[in-house]
Amino acid sequence: MAIADETTLRIVLYEGEGAASLDAADRGATVTALLEQGYAVTCAGAGAVAPADDSALLVLGRFENGQAPEAEDANGEVSVAFRDITGLDTEGITALVETERASTQSAKHGEWKPWFPVIDFDRCTNCMQCLSFCLFDVYGTDEDQQIQVQNNDNCKTNCPACSRVCPEAAIMFPKYKSGPINGDVVSDGELNREKMKIDISALLGGDVYQMLRDRSQRSRSRFSKERSSDKALGERTKCLTKLAAEADIDIPLEVLQSLPSADEIAKKAEAANAKAKAALGSQSS
Amino acid sequence: MADQPRILFCHCNYARVVPDEVKQGVLDGLCQSGRAFEAVADLCEMSARRDPALKRLAAGEEPVKIAACYPRAVKWLFGSCQAGLPTDRTEVVNMRELSADDATAAVLNDMVDPNLPADGSVASTEGEKKI
Ligand code: SF4
Ligand code: SF4
Repeated sequence: MAIADETTLRIVLYEGEGAASLDAADRGATVTALLEQGYAVTCAGAGAVAPADDSALLVLGRFENGQAPEAEDANGEVSVAFRDITGLDTEGITALVETERASTQSAKHGEWKPWFPVIDFDRCTNCMQCLSFCLFDVYGTDEDQQIQVQNNDNCKTNCPACSRVCPEAAIMFPKYKSGPINGDVVSDGELNREKMKIDISALLGGDVYQMLRDRSQRSRSRFSKERSSDKALGERTKCLTKLAAEADIDIPLEVLQSLPSADEIAKKAEAANAKAKAALGSQSS
Repeated sequence: MADQPRILFCHCNYARVVPDEVKQGVLDGLCQSGRAFEAVADLCEMSARRDPALKRLAAGEEPVKIAACYPRAVKWLFGSCQAGLPTDRTEVVNMRELSADDATAAVLNDMVDPNLPADGSVASTEGEKKI
């Protein structure tokens, strides 16, 4: 799946002139239902709201006589629609909104758990270790050779491994369980720990495969007639899991199981290293 | 601070890192307050999508209060989409750390206590990095 650079449908819950107010419970239930479906909601009330932009706007209200006004953007730049929600329950409202979302081709949320690295550029030194480490092409560089998260939906859900290779604790996963990976402040003690950590690239790309080869050699001699691809996979998983647990790197089993083959890893690592070197080379030139 | 802050609430839809009772408590408080506010389903997803709406949410002259999670994460979820939040007038209310009552009170309090990490700082508990 590739998430598109699409905008979210902006819904305005209107309770001003020409529309009835909702009581707090109805307002709360309506906003909650819309948020759970992934929409962005502006509740008009006392105080400022975000300025208008050119994204599609859907104005919901309990309009007088159940009649939503007909209106459009005078410049024709913004799609604006008014819909009456008098008498609708939250299910009716979300169904109505979904129809509008589809017709404005706004983003559909909720099809992907947003798990991806977020770089703290106050800390990042552009060392490219994350780029060299990641086997799934999540990282790249921009035209100024600055590290970027480019393919965030390639990231493996719940895997924070690259944050462990960053020597500056600059990689965050905001939905991670604990700090500083979740964005909590970084203490100097934590930073030192990050700097001293094991070389996980070697662990995943090198040692693991050496170890697997050793184990597979041993088992070949013992069970040469019984070997099957299932067994090999089982062994690999067991071995990787053990290593991951020993190194305390918190990499989910599914990720370990979905690692490419040793050859593919070697190729990917080479390509990533070349990219990183090119970026570092042009920084120093 | 003279201007009443604009309020943005993140519902953190796709993970259970913000306790349900805190986010629901804050949302209920906002709905009862009669204050205008913006609510989004999940700032992380919007950032992953590089949703242009983040620019709208970061724009404006008035101070901003954001009910979400850690200020450092929120700063760079916006920052990575070229939608930088103004560090001198943005306060992030961390619903991962506060109770529902404390978070609601902080969001509805018109005083703004800017708490995004300063640009170029390491947001560390000790010392500042020179860059
Ligand atoms: S490893 Fe960390 S410091 Fe190095 S480029 Fe990646 S994010 Fe920046
Ligand atoms: S910004 Fe924080 S509160 Fe909002 S969706 Fe991301 S992790 Fe959850």
